[in-house]
Amino acid sequence: MSIPGTLKTIASVLVLAALIALPFWSPDFWTTNIFVRSMVYGIVALSLTFLAHYGGLLSLAQMVVAGVAGYTIAVSVPGAIPANSLQLPYAVAIPLALVLSTITGLLIGAVAVRTREIYLLMITLAIAVSFYFFVQASVEYLNGYEGIRNVLGPDIFGVPLRTPKIFYFVTLAISLALYVLVLYLSRAQFGLVLQGIRDNPRRVAALGYNVALHRIAAFGVAGFIAGAGGVLITIFNIGISPGTVSTHSTINILIMAVIGGLGRPIGAFIGAIIFTIVDTFAADLYDRDRFNTLIGAVFIAIVVASPDGVTGFARRVTELLRKPFQIPAAAAAPDQLIEANVPSKG
Amino acid sequence: MSVEMFATVALNGLTVSALYFIVAIGFSLIFGLMRTVNMAHGTLYLIGAYAGVAIFYPLYDQGQPYAWIVALVAGMAAAAVFGVILQVTLLGWMQGQELRQTLVTIGVSIIAADQLLAIFGGNSQQFFAPDPLFGSVPVPLVQTGKYSAFRLFQVAVAVGVGIGLWLLLHKTKLGIIVRAGVDDRAMLSACGVNVALVAVIVFGIGAALAGLAGVIGGTAQPFGQEKDVQFLLTSLVVVIVGGMGSLPGTALGALLVGMAEQFGQSLFPTYSVMFSLLLMVIVLAVRPEGLLGKRLA
Repeated sequence: MSIPGTLKTIASVLVLAALIALPFWSPDFWTTNIFVRSMVYGIVALSLTFLAHYGGLLSLAQMVVAGVAGYTIAVSVPGAIPANSLQLPYAVAIPLALVLSTITGLLIGAVAVRTREIYLLMITLAIAVSFYFFVQASVEYLNGYEGIRNVLGPDIFGVPLRTPKIFYFVTLAISLALYVLVLYLSRAQFGLVLQGIRDNPRRVAALGYNVALHRIAAFGVAGFIAGAGGVLITIFNIGISPGTVSTHSTINILIMAVIGGLGRPIGAFIGAIIFTIVDTFAADLYDRDRFNTLIGAVFIAIVVASPDGVTGFARRVTELLRKPFQIPAAAAAPDQLIEANVPSKG
Repeated sequence: MSVEMFATVALNGLTVSALYFIVAIGFSLIFGLMRTVNMAHGTLYLIGAYAGVAIFYPLYDQGQPYAWIVALVAGMAAAAVFGVILQVTLLGWMQGQELRQTLVTIGVSIIAADQLLAIFGGNSQQFFAPDPLFGSVPVPLVQTGKYSAFRLFQVAVAVGVGIGLWLLLHKTKLGIIVRAGVDDRAMLSACGVNVALVAVIVFGIGAALAGLAGVIGGTAQPFGQEKDVQFLLTSLVVVIVGGMGSLPGTALGALLVGMAEQFGQSLFPTYSVMFSLLLMVIVLAVRPEGLLGKRLA
């Protein structure tokens, strides 16, 4: 193993150890309201980053998929208010939610891949906004504007899931598993073909791969990931309402992914934690009611100054430090990455 | 559905389509020339409406008969100025980076919506239609035999905007330049045209139309928070259905979306929002480039 490789492994082990040790010294407020919250939304942002980076498919419908999963458990588990007639145990409801969210992802993919590039963004946004109006209108099944409360999640070995440390470790394990899944897929044949399609769909088609099918499958994978996020978000919020899938939330997920950097899967979580900290402590920084102005300004600043987000910025800084007397190639081309997310016109 | 009911719903659909056309044509124009997806288009609608209201009420309270016209001009001007500033300061120099531009307009729309909330509060507001257009006029066939005069005026404005833009695009030098730019920006630039300036002008026109729609729409129905999202969605669906950057396409798209929405609302009141989405999905399945759009490469 090369020296940088060893360093990387050591760094990964240290980060993992820090993540495991975290809830033992951080106050419960931080554990739940900063770290767990960052991870549950970060998972949805991860699904967006996966589609955008490896597929070149920027989808704004990932919160819709998460919402489908969240509403699935909310309308089927016992304890939820208003009560439902299904009364499925979590062991059945959660897999069902994941199946439905994967199917939703595939369906959105099937509609969205009919078109390309910037149109995809518009279509997925239209789907997202329509879904929000739909859940708000559905009083009969989804309790309209009020939504469904008291979704507490299953017990883990007899302890309620929402106990801060338990919730933290469960969320951490799921986040890590999904993160590893994304890294694995990016190196597997499926991921390589997907990246080939992103860079040049015509050539990959000429090699005999079905471009549309690969893109739809990518939406399915992203649907599964976002669905897991949606289940956790619903348990985190102890319920789900149209606000969870509003345009606002959709855009927030995009903001997290972009702040962290669309070029790296880990960016989704880094962006989520930055977003959450700004959201939580905006009151001390600026007028609490004007949080959106603050986050909007941060967002524009990142898009203008470093389009590949914090992770891209960090990479350029390290390269700059490593080769102080050379003009770093990556620094000269910060725009290329954001361009690379949109497949070429060919 | 009775004949009267049908006629009323169809007329509702037509008047709503007229408003949608005015909003979406600006969006379509901006996209056609610059490939910029202006996610702040709904925000421009709101800016026009709020700027109009800020001017309108002081004048109206004084009993000025021209208050509404002044508000209309003010709304258009405010939206146009905002649009031009947006193009000059942020979007112009990232020309060609579609995704980055889109993200910037999302950021701008978040900030603008928040500031509008801070300045004007969360209550919805509405203009009073000017006296000649106030109340209703007799219309045969429709329910009660009367129909809102202002909403018919709305259709006239949309037709006027459509004809005006057609003349602008087909009979003027600027129109020739814009249409050439839609086909090939690089070649247009090579011909010695200042494309950046043309982009600013087109953005200004598109934004002014959104502002116009803001005042017109704000007179026909109350406006407030969330209208920006609603009209952004409408613009998106209209141009996706009709075809991006096409004037007749946008008109057809607006008509279909307006009709689908109004008939949906009268037949299935709860889930009417799904009709425009369904329309979009069907069009995408059959013609991904939109009904009258140019075939995608």
